[in-house]
Amino acid sequence: MPIGYYLVLSGLLFTIGAAGVFLRRNLITLLLSVEIMLNAVNLTFVAFGRQFGTVDGQIITFFVMTVAAAEAAVGLALVIALFRHRESLNPEAFTSLKW
Amino acid sequence: MGFDQLLFYVFAGVAVLGSLLVIGQKNPIYSVLAIIVSFFGLSGLYVLLEAPFVAVVQIIIYAGAIMVLFLFTVMLLNVPREDASEWDRAHPYYRPWALRAGAAMAVLMAVQLGWALSRTQGLGTGVADERPAVSSVAELGRVLFTDYMFAFEVTSILIIIAMVGAVVLARKREF
Amino acid sequence: MAGLVDWLTAPQTIFFLTVTMVVFVALQLSAAVMVYAERKVAAFMQQRYGPYLVGPKGLLQPIADIVKLVFKEELKPKAADTLLFAAAPVISAVAAFTAFAPVPFGASTTFFGLLPEPMPLMVADVNVAVLVIFAVTSMGVYGIVLAGWASNSKYALLGGLRSSAQMISYELAYGMALATVVMLAGSLSLREIVDSQSGYWLGFIPKWYVFINPISFLIFATAGVAETNRAPFDFPEAEQELVAGYHTEYSSMRFALFFLAEYINMVTVAAVVTNLYLGGWHGPFIPEAYGWIWFLIKLSVLCFGYLWLRWTLPRFRYDQLMSFGWKLLLPLATVNLLVSAAGVLYFGL
Repeated sequence: MPIGYYLVLSGLLFTIGAAGVFLRRNLITLLLSVEIMLNAVNLTFVAFGRQFGTVDGQIITFFVMTVAAAEAAVGLALVIALFRHRESLNPEAFTSLKW
Repeated sequence: MGFDQLLFYVFAGVAVLGSLLVIGQKNPIYSVLAIIVSFFGLSGLYVLLEAPFVAVVQIIIYAGAIMVLFLFTVMLLNVPREDASEWDRAHPYYRPWALRAGAAMAVLMAVQLGWALSRTQGLGTGVADERPAVSSVAELGRVLFTDYMFAFEVTSILIIIAMVGAVVLARKREF
Repeated sequence: MAGLVDWLTAPQTIFFLTVTMVVFVALQLSAAVMVYAERKVAAFMQQRYGPYLVGPKGLLQPIADIVKLVFKEELKPKAADTLLFAAAPVISAVAAFTAFAPVPFGASTTFFGLLPEPMPLMVADVNVAVLVIFAVTSMGVYGIVLAGWASNSKYALLGGLRSSAQMISYELAYGMALATVVMLAGSLSLREIVDSQSGYWLGFIPKWYVFINPISFLIFATAGVAETNRAPFDFPEAEQELVAGYHTEYSSMRFALFFLAEYINMVTVAAVVTNLYLGGWHGPFIPEAYGWIWFLIKLSVLCFGYLWLRWTLPRFRYDQLMSFGWKLLLPLATVNLLVSAAGVLYFGL
């Protein structure tokens, strides 16, 4: 498959993730859309790594996955703390600066 | 078309369909399950790109650990189904302009993408028909521990910080 | 089109399909045999007879069980989530069957010269086999979690969450012990790991990894028992505490699928332990081509060990279970990994 196909697919997935971040009104689905964007980037890295015959693409993928795991853990802990305070997961409920 | 091409379209279709379901669903549990299906599609694409280790690690870490974390959070918080109409009823003047601005931006970006694609010569050559792929795990490990040693160590510190941070942030405050 | 027909009737394809069918049927038969064996072994350990009415010595008992389960009424709680309630046992069963795919159970064979080249006796010969088994076992967690959630009942939800937390915690020690064996063998492919255990020291001690690294074997076996939710780690489905844990609300064929998945998981873990530590299909007195007989013998011994553990040891309380996994097994596995790495480097194994 020409590498362009993989890049178009990756761009499509990134756009879907970005649209999810803008459109969804639920903090958990927001975090899921961020994960979709990170996966699209992973696909680009591996495709280019294959294109140039190096192993660097796959190595960067591990670091992206690890950082995504750490970010998901901290993000979900924040979501739990927010939910306990305001009983809502709508980002609109957290617009005022007062806690 | 060749078997490889067919597999590419199947896996790409699964990945895109899963992602669309994630952002189109109201029930958060179904969103998490849809993203797991999307990850399986991506894993298949990694196998096609001759990176079997990344494919398996994607399933173990992303679909097997991170998504279980999401699922636990959704179940323990008993996350309600999303209801967008309440905000819309409270702010009736925002919605049409938001739609118009969003549509204009989407058209602009599509035109840009079409212009960029028309300036290149098609979609490129076949994925590395000239250079051989490196898919052995031994080579991956060797490069990880020699060239990327610093990044590896920093990542381990990052994970410890994230673990401690998550436990501290999610604790019940007793005051 | 002609190429497709040629490929379909090639001896390799027919062999592959035959092996797949044999493995599929053998796994289901093994689940039935384990049901009978569990009840008989439990009975003899408790000084009573087990089933003895149905068929000679009770051998038709599994068939009676299956017939009973098929004819029961399918119940579903009214507020249960229909799609997830139906999908959860399917996910468990599919993950259980798929986990056995990369496991080899015999030496490469040309099957009495019918095949042009020797093919290994396994369903899928991948070179990251060990990790594929790990990945598919992680998917089995979802069947349990979704069953707990979809039943919409507090016993089921608690049981499901506890069970999946336990499985994830013990996956860490499981992976560390696995990494030790991979270091000793130098490959992630199960076939190569077994092949590196052929041969003997001093002519009669087989070169199995259980002799080089017994602690790793114990850690892996313990984590394997915890992974399959079997006693003494079966608090999430403890009859005395949680009714039946995550499969409280299931009846008839859906319950049968969970049951089947649990026994097949046991057989898979026993098969993986055999391949990693006990030399797979190598053994004395039997020619290499019939190595699968040795594989079956070692597998049976390990399955008996599973049953022995269940009916001898009392079960762990949930917090004892989690602290055992995190505070004892994981540090022990890490130290074992470091010592093994030092050993491999120093002795050049």
